[in-house]
Amino acid sequence: MSLLHVTIDGIPVDVEKGTTILQAAEKVGIQIPTLCYLKGLMPDGSCRICTVEIQSRGRSKMDTACSAHCSDGDVIFTESESVVKARRGILDMLLSNHPTNCFTCPSNGECKLQDLCYQYGVEKTSCPGEMTNLPVDDSNPFFTYDPKLCILCHRCVNTCHKIVGCGAIDTMERGFESVISPAFGMPWRESNCESCGNCTAVCPTGALTSKRKKTFRPWQIQKKVRTTCPHCAVGCQYDLLVKDNKVVAVEAADGPSNRNTLCVKGRYGSFDFVHSDRRLTDPLIKDRSTGEFRKASWDEALDLVATKFKAIKQEHGNGALAGFACSRSTNEDIYMLQKMVRTCFGNHNTDNCARV
Amino acid sequence: MTNTIADVTHESDVILLVGSNPEEAHPVLGMQIRQALQRGAKLIVVDPRDIGLSKQATFHLKLKPGTNIAFINGLMHVILEEGLEDKDFIAQHTEGFEALRDMVADYTPERVAEICHVDAGELRAAARLYAKADKAPILYCLGVTEHSTGTEGVMSLANLALLVGKLGRPGCGVNPIRGQNNVQGACDMGASPTDFPGYQKVTDPEARAKFEKAWGVSLSDQPGMYATDCFPAMLEGKIRGLFIFGEDPMRTDPDTHHVQKALNSLDFLVVDELFLTETAKMADVVLPGISYAEKEGTFTNTERRIQRVRKAVTVPGNAKPDTWIFTEIMRRMGYDQPHLTPAQIMDEIASLTPSYGGVSHARLDSDEVAGQGLQWPCPTADHPGTPILHVGHCVRGKALFRPAAYTPSAELPDEEYPLIMMTGRILYHYNACAMTDKTPGIVELAGGSFIEVNDQDAAKLGITDGETVQVSSRRGVIETTARVSSKTSPGECWMPFHYMDGNCNWLTNAALDRIARAPEYKVCAVKIAKL
Repeated sequence: MSLLHVTIDGIPVDVEKGTTILQAAEKVGIQIPTLCYLKGLMPDGSCRICTVEIQSRGRSKMDTACSAHCSDGDVIFTESESVVKARRGILDMLLSNHPTNCFTCPSNGECKLQDLCYQYGVEKTSCPGEMTNLPVDDSNPFFTYDPKLCILCHRCVNTCHKIVGCGAIDTMERGFESVISPAFGMPWRESNCESCGNCTAVCPTGALTSKRKKTFRPWQIQKKVRTTCPHCAVGCQYDLLVKDNKVVAVEAADGPSNRNTLCVKGRYGSFDFVHSDRRLTDPLIKDRSTGEFRKASWDEALDLVATKFKAIKQEHGNGALAGFACSRSTNEDIYMLQKMVRTCFGNHNTDNCARV
Repeated sequence: MTNTIADVTHESDVILLVGSNPEEAHPVLGMQIRQALQRGAKLIVVDPRDIGLSKQATFHLKLKPGTNIAFINGLMHVILEEGLEDKDFIAQHTEGFEALRDMVADYTPERVAEICHVDAGELRAAARLYAKADKAPILYCLGVTEHSTGTEGVMSLANLALLVGKLGRPGCGVNPIRGQNNVQGACDMGASPTDFPGYQKVTDPEARAKFEKAWGVSLSDQPGMYATDCFPAMLEGKIRGLFIFGEDPMRTDPDTHHVQKALNSLDFLVVDELFLTETAKMADVVLPGISYAEKEGTFTNTERRIQRVRKAVTVPGNAKPDTWIFTEIMRRMGYDQPHLTPAQIMDEIASLTPSYGGVSHARLDSDEVAGQGLQWPCPTADHPGTPILHVGHCVRGKALFRPAAYTPSAELPDEEYPLIMMTGRILYHYNACAMTDKTPGIVELAGGSFIEVNDQDAAKLGITDGETVQVSSRRGVIETTARVSSKTSPGECWMPFHYMDGNCNWLTNAALDRIARAPEYKVCAVKIAKL
């Protein structure tokens, strides 16, 4: 297939037919700002922020880079004066229905709208007037939807329908009354929403926010540790967000089996247990006469275990001991457990919970 | 899985989903199946219960629990009757076809319809849809394995894939969706009474010699005991000391009374745990281990993909890494095991396990692997891993058909216990909830146990939706909340196995699969009574 030749900000690039301007720009390392665009899905084209200027066959036009396909000979400008003016206008319009009390917004510091207003120097709207004042939906235990902060980019809706495949939410009503909501305006909690939170992860503003965010600010995260979810066998990759030696949230990663998606257990149910006050912190030895446990030192507990196991082996033979491994633990743990059984218990009475 | 999650969901034309509810038990895989349906793939659901995906399926064969083998034999009967088998594949890549052909000859759709309570016409149509598809994976889960004939159920699915040549190609294969995060790894690592790491048999003198040399001890030439066989052996006094690492059989094993008696009969029980679980409460010594967020290591997912687990936070109190605990016990029992880091342990695994030969933490962390993990077999440090098994030819040379005849479940309903009860998972919890019930939002969304009762049965019993009922079997009695619907067929009910209150495992039957020794969680006889 013959290639199309286009120029983006003076850089020539050859692309295949059907390539969008956004994809072509990405190929040569030029970043065009987006709000509603979701990689891998059909463009929504609703926010218009990726508007670029295209000169083709002696004409000049403005179009959205996410949806416009490259034509042979296109000369594209991604930050020309008219592009910047258009983007300022779009941000101005968005701010006409978006509060700017960012200090109290949970997404302050990681808001794409805030970033773009900063980048293009848009401080406030030139068209002040009535703003959306619909109620907050706080019904889901893990996240909140605040229509006042919503810019109706539909990233959440497209994620829920086309990536998660659940279809719990959609854009309800029309015009100024438009709002993201489960069917018939029912509360999130009562809908068929699966609480996976993938919608909150793609929200560019503070409209859909995890309630976990109340415990930290984005800049307080000291490290993000890439790991594997400990629940089912899909093996989703995610980052544990750590503040003061505590996991405070999870962020999906582009793992081979999960591609930036997570379920409710992975996103919200995979770290509270780590910091639970019910965790065991010391070895316990039971007094068989009372049935009560008492705390013991490691030396005492381990010596007791070794002595008892050796005595049982001596009295009843090698077959009298067994050790079960845990299918939730790491390969390295399990390897050492079976090695302990085979080398020290003197038999192959080892198994794991694959069957149960 | 013979294949990868990406290729079974992105490349398939038809998905045959048997005994699996991935939207709840493996949600991110479920999401990808829903994407596959949006792009036009067709779905056949074989499940006794209405699951979310059955609404989107071309066919939902709502078969009677415990009749998978009859059903699969029926599919093969139709395929052979209509000449839809892959004759070239059978000739080139398989052996034992004649025995299979003879065995499935009896499984006419009409007979199978009667055994399985499905429509013969739908069975025929489903067989055609699967057989004629270019790319069609079989995805299955515990609905196939948790039966007294579970292994034979798996063999039957393998027979089916072989019959139509859907093996060793993208978008095909026989794909078990493993239950827990590292069930695959636990089996790979030799936590098995019959196998050393990498499925090297303990009865094979060469394998034994290799491990004896590496570990510097002499090893038993007798296979050990499966965990599920250990419980009766405890009652007989054959097993007297037990070390349990992170398992909670008091919650998760079938027939809890039996488990309780067995654990009580031990001379000495040691439990290495994060929490004082029901099983830990019965221990003589409890050792505090550490969680996945506090350690380095690897998990192996259902696609045989080895991925890293990394330490994010430090350990609470005096809890210790589990490998430290095992090493200390080994040392104190007289075996000179040095303390190794998880990376060093993986090096030892790689040196003794051919399928993990090219795996190391350094490599998994490298730019080369780029966060994609490595899928075994990965025999050498320059091997890229193996996304699809059996490509070109089967691993054993020629694939062997292993025909299996249908036999009914161990405990069938009768006058006293007239209902079949199945057990399974829900979206919000994982297994015994030890981890998930520490998240208040999860408890808020799914706080307590329930039983799904068929609406016709409920009407007969005078039970309404939301009512507390008594459920009993030959082994125990519990109370739980009835959820009345048509999700299950008349005469059948279903319970999640996560909950401490109304735990269904007081009722389940410890009948074991004759080969793999998995319990028959999916079928036991119960009765439901109004309180």
